[in-house]
Amino acid sequence: MQKIGKQTIKFDNPPTILDCASIVGPKEAEGPLAKYFDQTLDDEFWGEKTWEKAESKIIKETVNTLISKSGIPSDKIDYCFAGDLLNQCISSSFGLRELNVPFFGVFGACSTFVESLSLGSICVESFAENVLCATSSHFCSAEKQFRFPLELGNQRPPTSQWTVTGSGAAILTKNGQGPYITHITPGKIVDMGIKDANNMGAAMAPAFADTLITHFIDTSRNPSYYDAIISGDLGHIGKDIAIDIAKSRGYNIKSNYNDCGVLIFDKETQDTHAGGSGCGCCGTVFSGYFFKQLKDKKIRKILLIATGALMNSTSSQQGESIPGIAHAISIEL
Amino acid sequence: MEPLETKQAYQEYVDKKSPNSPIWKNCFNAFWVGGLICTIGQIILNICKQRGFDTATSGTIVSIILIGISAFLTGLNIFNKIGKFAGAGSLIPITGFANSIVSPAMEYKSEGYVMGVGGKMFTVAGPVLVFGISASILVGIIYLIFNTQSITLV
Repeated sequence: MQKIGKQTIKFDNPPTILDCASIVGPKEAEGPLAKYFDQTLDDEFWGEKTWEKAESKIIKETVNTLISKSGIPSDKIDYCFAGDLLNQCISSSFGLRELNVPFFGVFGACSTFVESLSLGSICVESFAENVLCATSSHFCSAEKQFRFPLELGNQRPPTSQWTVTGSGAAILTKNGQGPYITHITPGKIVDMGIKDANNMGAAMAPAFADTLITHFIDTSRNPSYYDAIISGDLGHIGKDIAIDIAKSRGYNIKSNYNDCGVLIFDKETQDTHAGGSGCGCCGTVFSGYFFKQLKDKKIRKILLIATGALMNSTSSQQGESIPGIAHAISIEL
Repeated sequence: MEPLETKQAYQEYVDKKSPNSPIWKNCFNAFWVGGLICTIGQIILNICKQRGFDTATSGTIVSIILIGISAFLTGLNIFNKIGKFAGAGSLIPITGFANSIVSPAMEYKSEGYVMGVGGKMFTVAGPVLVFGISASILVGIIYLIFNTQSITLV
């Protein structure tokens, strides 16, 4: 493991992503990627009394699915990195309290999935055999915490995004056959002064571009090196902005770049406005769709950059701008 | 083009990039749905008057019925769909006020009846009450001043 360039880490014995699992809610089940997820739910409560409990159950069952799929029992997992959007990350800690694995709670807003994978990779490269990484988000619990009650009859602006209900989880292992995490580029906090909490894509796009370009400079790679460059949840507006910013810096990513928030919903029929968002967006789309593409060798090199908006409801009521962050991992076969 | 030169340049660039709400469509829907709700209120008022109630009592009955319908539709997960379609049209009449109290009460029921339902019921409607009542007190004071002056003048 060594640091190359300004902020990238290159692995000497790259950890393998052994397996991934994902469970999504009913709206995601109507979306274009429905068939790739391990399980789709019929209702948001999933038999629980509260949305918070439902979200904990989703992450718990995703991890259980992953454990049975990968054949790595929980006592063979050395560490677990997990996080979510609810205050003090209760979905992960409540959902995984019976797992009996040393637990690191991670918060990177919607960038948590890649942040967990980054930290997990460092562990695997250094001393651990198997590391579990998981995230979740839930539309209803996120609306309750960040916006208004669900039954309130208000209108969402066209720039607003739809929090994905779902959880994605991955197991990293030391001696595997790939796909390998070869590089990680942890991102800086970038704040371009956007204050509109209904336009997260615009708030996060500069952080995405910063990490993307830093990664290219540090690794001496260019956009065409990758089969796919994937951002976490910039949505339709953030995606356009990201392409523009990258272009202004001399990087043309238009042909192989896409966004998980754009892919998970059908904008025309599902009324999700600017696209999906939340920790679960990047988590489920990578675990469900892209990991299978890698396994089937349909794509061989992915740059996955999860983006997060580091704000809470108090900071936006106090008129603060929204700092963005983006972490990148390079996954190769 | 360099969108990231300054914060201000970026804000202007984002404003240009971000689609605006369809304001004419929203206004039109708000206009006819709001009008429809008021017409329903007027019909109830007329019926009450026909049955021999005075204007004040009839007005109270209209409010109670509209609040009741709105609260009921909120509970059935229908009012939020009307609200999404009509915006201010269903928000500004008393129906929106009822919805803004019932929806947090439903949402926070999971935190218990005291701190959840009781404590959070007015999170949305609270500002309306505070400023509504404050404004009425202010207007009352102004009225009092002008009224006493008119008395002294006479």
